Amino acid sequence: MTRKILLQFPKEKVNQPLVYDLVKKYDLIINIFRAKIDPDDNGFAVVDLSGTGKNIEDGINYAKSLGIIVNEKMTGLNWDSERCVSCGTCLPHCPTDALYVENPKTMKINFDDEKCIECLSCIDHCPFGACSSIFKE
Amino acid sequence: MKTYAEINEKIKSGRAVVMNAEEIISYVEQKGLDAAAEEVDVVTTATFGPMCSSGCFLNFGHSAPKIRISEAWLDDVLVYSGIAAVDAYLGATQLRHNDPANMYYPGEFRFGGGHVIEKLIRGEKVQLFALSYGTDDYPCRELRTYITIDDLNQAIMVNPRNCYQNYNVAINTSDKSIYTYLGHLKPNMENLTYCSAGQLSPLLNDPFYETIGVGTSVWLAGAHGHVHAEGTQHSGVCTRTDNGVPSEGAGTLGLTGDMKKMNPEFVRGISLKGYGVSLALGIGIPIPVLNRDILKRTTVKDSEIFAPVIDYSHEYPQATGKFLTKVNYADLKKSEIEINGKKVKVGSLSSYSKALKIADILKEEIISGKFLLSEPYRKLTADVPFKKMKIAGN
Repeated sequence: MTRKILLQFPKEKVNQPLVYDLVKKYDLIINIFRAKIDPDDNGFAVVDLSGTGKNIEDGINYAKSLGIIVNEKMTGLNWDSERCVSCGTCLPHCPTDALYVENPKTMKINFDDEKCIECLSCIDHCPFGACSSIFKE
Repeated sequence: MKTYAEINEKIKSGRAVVMNAEEIISYVEQKGLDAAAEEVDVVTTATFGPMCSSGCFLNFGHSAPKIRISEAWLDDVLVYSGIAAVDAYLGATQLRHNDPANMYYPGEFRFGGGHVIEKLIRGEKVQLFALSYGTDDYPCRELRTYITIDDLNQAIMVNPRNCYQNYNVAINTSDKSIYTYLGHLKPNMENLTYCSAGQLSPLLNDPFYETIGVGTSVWLAGAHGHVHAEGTQHSGVCTRTDNGVPSEGAGTLGLTGDMKKMNPEFVRGISLKGYGVSLALGIGIPIPVLNRDILKRTTVKDSEIFAPVIDYSHEYPQATGKFLTKVNYADLKKSEIEINGKKVKVGSLSSYSKALKIADILKEEIISGKFLLSEPYRKLTADVPFKKMKIAGN
């Protein structure tokens, strides 16, 4: 079987020889579609893992044990709840209401990554730099 | 009837009854105005949003040999140094040197004065580059170093205009996108932007400047500051609804406070695509309940506060003074609003959620005796109108 996942490498984890270990220890075939690995920055890799179900599962758990974030939803958009001030500038620009008013009484904003289609419009419009994408510089 | 001194006595002894400007609405509805005026001492108001007319005076201390700075940059953002040797004023909307601005329209405006102010308050290192022509007593002509806010002798925020009493709602009736200080406005009235904390906003709760005046203590991004003057463009002469609340810009406040005591959560550099950089600030102002009329005015609610919807593709830039309609903040807080028969998506640049947080922090500080009220020593002007610029020859 084959599973497509997004691996996100925090800056300090970029040095891990993950692909080698997944091939050698878990007998997985790895197909990299898109990746950015930079020793000075957070990195990512969109990959297909092919092998037995158990090996894929074990390989994913191994990656997680190294501190690598395994993002199976494949969304690269990051909403920083600390940077967000809940002003609401993004609201008319988010086409799927992934950014939405969580509580109309306090006007507090939240982000639903299930609804996000990664149009990146929020990145262009947020005055506070609260939205970023691993796919966009 | 209460006096400032009586309220401060209650605050000092931990007996003051304090509510925020949202809570007070339902409280007065339940208790009645007279009983509530007896019981409640202070109503806290607040706002959080972009306030372009903000900045700070900085004193760097003297280098050896000394420099009489004539030009200087902090993280490549120009500061005004036409004052004493190592003093400078850093303004919120100053753009970083070499930023392409709107050369590649709409520009991103990633970094400027507001961002440097935020970095300083976060305690981060900032690069100072300074030039001079050199004098006998100040021979140094160039220096480059790194500073943090702790290295500065003073970092005093002095904002010529904050806390606009009310504000325009911006819309675009043209057939192409426009980029404004109220954000990206899509063509044919697809969206609009408002910018006020409405029922929580300081001057909307004191529409006739009965308690907020020169000398009033304010909570400025965590520091205890004060009102130093009417803000620039202050105009008590304005259109008002029957409850006395201005239905256009109107009053403003000049505020000052010690930047070393500020909390970076409430001081944020901002980038407005196609427009420029600025600073968003959080401000809280207590209103003493001196009598029932003052209390009554703090019970104003969003549905009773109206703002003009102005076309920023034509009427605003051409200063025609025309508006499409007036809408209230209760309707603006919904995700869509009807303007001239069309459903329009609503955005906001002011954060009600942060304003509410500030009103509650200020409330706690007053209840715990950490924040005392001060009686203004002069009222804000109520009868001086706002003048337009005259262009000679026109």
